[in-house]
Amino acid sequence: MNPDLAPAQHDSARATTRIGLKETPFAPRLRPLNQFEALEYWQGYWSPAHFGNMEREYFAIRNTASVFDISPMNKYRITGPDADAFLQRLVTRDVTKISVGRVAYTVWCDDAGQVIDDGTLFHLGEQDWRLCCQEHQTFWLEASARGFDVSVREETEEVAGLSLQGPTSFSVLSRLGLGGLETLKPFGIRRWPFRGHELMVSRTGFTGDLGYELWIAPGGALDLWDALMEAGQGIGGVEPTGSHALNMARIEAGFLGAQLDFIPADKAIRAGRTRSPYELNLGWLVDLAKGQFTGRKALVEEKARGSRYCLVAVDIEGKEPAEGSLVYHKQKTEVGHITSGIWSPTAKRNIGLASLKRPFGDTKTEDLWVEIYALHELRWEKVMARVRVVKAPFFEPARRRATPPLPF
Amino acid sequence: MSTRYDHIVIGAGHNGLVCAAYLARAGRSVLVLEAAEEVGGAARTAEIAPGFRVSACAHLLYGLHPRVIRELSLRRHGLDYASASLQTAVMGADGSVLRLKTDHAAGAIDAADIVALPGFRRRLLKMARHLRPMLLMQPPRLAGRDLKQNIDLARLGFAIRSMGQADMRDFLRIATMNVFDLVQDNFASPLIQAAFAADAVLGTNLGPRSPGTVLTLLYRLIGEVGPVQGAVALPRGGMGAVTQAIAASARDFGATIRMGAAVGRIRVEGERVVGVELADGEFIAAGSVVSNASPQRTLLDLVGPRHLDAGFQRDIGKIRAKGNTAKLNLALSGLPAFRGLDAADLAGRIVLAGSPSAIEAQFDPSKYGEWSPEPLMEITIPSATDATAAPSGQHVLSAVVQYAPYRLKEGWDAARARYLEVLLDHLERFAPGIRQQVVAQQLLTPLDLERDYGMPGGHWHHGELAIDQLLMLRPVNGAARYAMPIAGLFLCGAGAHPGGGVTGAPGHNAAQAVLAEAKPLERAA
Ligand SMILES: Cc1cc2nc3c(=O)[nH]c(=O)nc-3n(C[C@H](O)[C@H](O)[C@H](O)COP(=O)(O)OP(=O)(O)OC[C@H]3O[C@@H](n4cnc5c(N)ncnc54)[C@H](O)[C@@H]3O)c2cc1C
Repeated sequence: MNPDLAPAQHDSARATTRIGLKETPFAPRLRPLNQFEALEYWQGYWSPAHFGNMEREYFAIRNTASVFDISPMNKYRITGPDADAFLQRLVTRDVTKISVGRVAYTVWCDDAGQVIDDGTLFHLGEQDWRLCCQEHQTFWLEASARGFDVSVREETEEVAGLSLQGPTSFSVLSRLGLGGLETLKPFGIRRWPFRGHELMVSRTGFTGDLGYELWIAPGGALDLWDALMEAGQGIGGVEPTGSHALNMARIEAGFLGAQLDFIPADKAIRAGRTRSPYELNLGWLVDLAKGQFTGRKALVEEKARGSRYCLVAVDIEGKEPAEGSLVYHKQKTEVGHITSGIWSPTAKRNIGLASLKRPFGDTKTEDLWVEIYALHELRWEKVMARVRVVKAPFFEPARRRATPPLPF
Repeated sequence: MSTRYDHIVIGAGHNGLVCAAYLARAGRSVLVLEAAEEVGGAARTAEIAPGFRVSACAHLLYGLHPRVIRELSLRRHGLDYASASLQTAVMGADGSVLRLKTDHAAGAIDAADIVALPGFRRRLLKMARHLRPMLLMQPPRLAGRDLKQNIDLARLGFAIRSMGQADMRDFLRIATMNVFDLVQDNFASPLIQAAFAADAVLGTNLGPRSPGTVLTLLYRLIGEVGPVQGAVALPRGGMGAVTQAIAASARDFGATIRMGAAVGRIRVEGERVVGVELADGEFIAAGSVVSNASPQRTLLDLVGPRHLDAGFQRDIGKIRAKGNTAKLNLALSGLPAFRGLDAADLAGRIVLAGSPSAIEAQFDPSKYGEWSPEPLMEITIPSATDATAAPSGQHVLSAVVQYAPYRLKEGWDAARARYLEVLLDHLERFAPGIRQQVVAQQLLTPLDLERDYGMPGGHWHHGELAIDQLLMLRPVNGAARYAMPIAGLFLCGAGAHPGGGVTGAPGHNAAQAVLAEAKPLERAA
């Protein structure tokens, strides 16, 4: 057989597809399922957009159990005597309050106090941390490391990640024989031996639901996958999901998407397009009292001066998805736009996140409207729909935090 | 009990002293801390052998700002010129000699170039003159300006506009050019071309073909000596006498200067500078600290990156500040005999440079960590006009030597002795017999400038004078107004706007910034 025509092998974490993208350790299972070749680019990896039935995937997140391959997530291992001090200078939160065995969501800013990215910080051990985030951070972390006795190593390819989310996720995972899993609290980390590998479980996720993120060496990835699929049998199964379904869940949870709800400060080309944490409703992540960190000075000044924008959760009249639509005050003055928006099947509401120029969305929340253009069979229809500023998340089930979670 | 000062100035280079003098003149209490046993930094006179006194680094004065001279009464404090307007003799390797004094040229030069010279100089001097207001101005911020800064920015634009249409177009055309092309466009004789190319590259890490070398040439022509723009003066008593005058002025206004006091750390508490720690641990408190050390030394070594935002310290770390200039000082038993030069030439400035191409070829090895064996030199023999420089009948020779890279492949400590021989051989070709006249010598490589003169990278300007490190971008974008992003910290040295050379401009401007921002300490009655 002509070797050029041989079927591609999908058994290596470092294999690249014919379009030059890397494959994750789960690719041998994901590939055949992805019948539509619905792939997206994610930081050099191919990542599934959907598996042909987005609704089914979405409802698995909310009703049973879903898996999403988060191996492309950039992972940085931060170790050394100054690891804590380095992170304290890097991120906006006070890392001294993150105990070993805990995870914290945080953002980090440039000098101007503008958000570069958000991510989760895993405190793995004494002077041992992992930072997980969507965008590449090597240059920024290296620049930030000067003057610190710290090692920053990218380990994206060394760790396979799978996000297991949904109301039955606890039951599925329990069937893998992880004793004591029921005591794992939200944002906690625990480790178990699993078929010759160490399986690290964190009770974290991007869906606002009960769920876990599973971390394992690439060599253990397929065993993990197969075990989960088997464990799901009889309790509703475990549904592979793509980014589209996940995006719906994260909007319902009120989580931000980089490149959508904010532009990473180091990627923005135009002046004034970036956002500070305060402008993303993430002021709760900023600890101005903890001492020097990058962007602090600018954020102190912003506090005194006032922020330019705010990011608010909105409830939109009607059912036309409003993503990208302009928001008006009194149907006249443009005051911002909807950065993310969907019809939420669970909340049964038309929801979104909106970036608005203050004071709109902040002190002025009345008489806001969104102008939605909808194409219906060769006719554009323009709708002025009323917008109400509401509190996020749009959906927050008690099971998200329940410890122990209820079995199914 | 330790005293607390309104301001501590780190470093008694000429800029630190100018800054201290202005602060003291405004009634502030000022302490200057200098690591060396002497004031002056790179503007010092060294006794290289008993009775032989020579400018250790900088030897020619062409930019000391008239306002600084006047307001600090430097003449009264001893500033004096052995010669206020030197002529230049350019020597080619083939024995050709060109004599230049302001608009006049003679010797190895075409008739057409003689005619073209005054017009060319007038054009450059005029452009430089229009840029002059920028010297004593804090570069306006690019974003978030207040009214004053908008006026400054307007002035900057106006300075260029006020050249008039034709000149402005000319300026915008040549400002980003390289000096090689500029002199090719205007002259045919290699020595006159080389004269301007040499002025453009001396002290930089640039060759005549490097972009931005027209700007460095204009920078050199901006200054004036007395009323004469573009003149070159030899200070009596060497460059050290200039800084002694500034130090005397600073003391006269009430500043205290402490020698042998190396600052080891700038102490930061609660995100503001509270004072300094000397190398021996002594802490001295101050309302604010002004540093004459280079931006990198100040921010990365003395403050430390952790006290700074990550992006800022990264940008500071990226400043290009690798020197490519050495200094050779010789004590001579007699007046050297340079081929074809007369007494008047020896009392002036001697430039060894054959053509812009030759200079460019000398620059090439430095890119790969090697020195040039036949380098561009700018030579003075101060003892020819200044009797204080050497015992009677004997002489000192001071030579700025271009293209000796800071990062020498084989390392300066191993190669220094051999380099000295290379330079003496080179000199011998132009001044036969000079080797026999050498009584003592001092060779300062960029490494020595770093170690002994506190100039990291050994760079003449504390940071390359290049288009991306000028004006609002000097030392880095967002920090060009002397105040650093950490409260109570200022820069006042050559690494700040407008740059190096013995001008006093950064010191003057920094003092204005300090006076505008930092209030004096409240003192108990
Ligand atoms: C070889 C050479 C030849 C030159 N020739 C000329 C010339 O002919 N004409 C001309 O105009 N310019 C010339 N220059 C350039 C000119 O000398 C410099 O640009 C200028 O002197 C810089 O002045 P400054 O005050 O900013 O800094 P510096 O003169 O470098 O002074 C800085 C001072 O700070 C002190 N310092 C640093 N760190 C500490 C610390 N931690 N604690 C205490 N003190 C500290 C240093 O010891 C030094 O005294 C020459 C430079 C060189 C290197």
